[in-house]
Amino acid sequence: MSHSIRGKTAIVGMGVAGVGEAPGYSAIELLGLSVHAALADAGLKLGDIDAVFAATSSHAFASMSVTEYLGLKPKYFDSTNVGGSSFEMHLLQASLALEAGLCDVALICYGSNQRTAGGRLVSMSEPQWHETPYAPRHPITAYALATSRHMHQFGTTREMLADVAVSARQWANLNPDAFARGPLTRDDVLSKRMVSDPLTAGDCCLVTDGAAACILVRSDRARDFPQKPVYFLGAAGANWHRSIQAMPDLTVTAASESGPRAFEMAGLTRGEVDLVMLYDAFTINTILFLEDLGFCPKGEGGRFVQDGRIAPGGELAVNTNGGGLSCVHPGMYGMFLIAEGVAQIRGEAGERQLKTADVALLHGNGGTLSSQVTAFLGSEAVL
Amino acid sequence: MGDTAAAKATAGPQANYEAFLAEGRFMIQRSRETGEYVFYPKVMAPSGAVDLDWVEASGGGTVYAITVNRKREGSYNVALIDLDEGPRMMATVVGVETLPIGARVRARIEAGENPRVVFEPEEK
Repeated sequence: MSHSIRGKTAIVGMGVAGVGEAPGYSAIELLGLSVHAALADAGLKLGDIDAVFAATSSHAFASMSVTEYLGLKPKYFDSTNVGGSSFEMHLLQASLALEAGLCDVALICYGSNQRTAGGRLVSMSEPQWHETPYAPRHPITAYALATSRHMHQFGTTREMLADVAVSARQWANLNPDAFARGPLTRDDVLSKRMVSDPLTAGDCCLVTDGAAACILVRSDRARDFPQKPVYFLGAAGANWHRSIQAMPDLTVTAASESGPRAFEMAGLTRGEVDLVMLYDAFTINTILFLEDLGFCPKGEGGRFVQDGRIAPGGELAVNTNGGGLSCVHPGMYGMFLIAEGVAQIRGEAGERQLKTADVALLHGNGGTLSSQVTAFLGSEAVL
Repeated sequence: MGDTAAAKATAGPQANYEAFLAEGRFMIQRSRETGEYVFYPKVMAPSGAVDLDWVEASGGGTVYAITVNRKREGSYNVALIDLDEGPRMMATVVGVETLPIGARVRARIEAGENPRVVFEPEEK
């Protein structure tokens, strides 16, 4: 039995800006450009927006900063920041607020200039006092620890991890907007600089600039807009810890809880999913989330990603934009899961377009495998 | 009870833990009622218990996960250690580049301006 919110809201505008490198622009400027693009896409005016949902890596009060910069007077706003998965949570919050009649046109947005501003991950994440004495490097230490445990328990190999990066690159090579394009072999990934054993630089996501924004309305007016509506079918979050020290089992993420709840809310089964967008900050993420969302048994993720199974032409379409590993990763990547879901469901994905793209699973990850949010988007065909 | 103990009685768990470390003691919390151990130190255990006493950690532990942070200025490992009492803590294993997961380790306190618990490989 699906939830009553299923299909009640839709994305009618989507915009991106500064994907890759945007020298000379600040984070909020890029964000503003993506909002402009989303409004143009929807045929709406700035003043039509009456709800703002935002999180960034550089604004303590993100919705406040966005509101001021754009000159809005929103009736409803939410700066929920649970890291990179914030935007999948915003899809849920915005849909609930729209359906409750608290607002009519909801903006969800993100912007970052972290590549050209310094080339390093920008994060407001505060150190955890009980971890600080050991100088973990945020966030890679946590992901490397999880990888070490997965390898130990399940025999996952560095070659399997490398295959995740290779598959992502093969998708990126079909996406003219992807930042990292060109040939990439398993040996290329393995021979890159070791950063935090067992993860090399090739196992890590990009550090890019980028901004993205989407606009949601209630579905009863979604067909009045120029673009094919992309419906919100459900979303659920799960969160068990903040610091990696407190993660109960490093091989099982809270996606194993958010996934089943989101599937139930959306009234969907795994076989109905055409596109799987997984937040791939590191190669281990893709493996963990494929397992925890039930696409393969626990421990089999490493073997599952081999032989091109998640590459173009493979059994399961995963991260068709090239992912955080090869397309774009401006600190928080969650908005770009939405952007690719919208592109595929609308049929605008060019060379990488899936034959059937009626249901997209978007799985956001935040912190150190901490906040997990699974969301579903769909075409009119699945309403 | 001297001044230190009196100060501890009015301080929170983090300050208590750090004060013990400064005295060269690795202390963790245990609930009188439920017997559960708590680390990192908190005002309430996962069960909700607040009757938390400070007890000396046995010092024994097992490597649960480990990575080597490789930097130009030098490398060091960061590990998650399962204490024999149950809780897990982030720490480092000194004297070795890395250890296999499952290896036995023993705690000692590394003195200094900011004293910390470190682990050494347990001798066979």
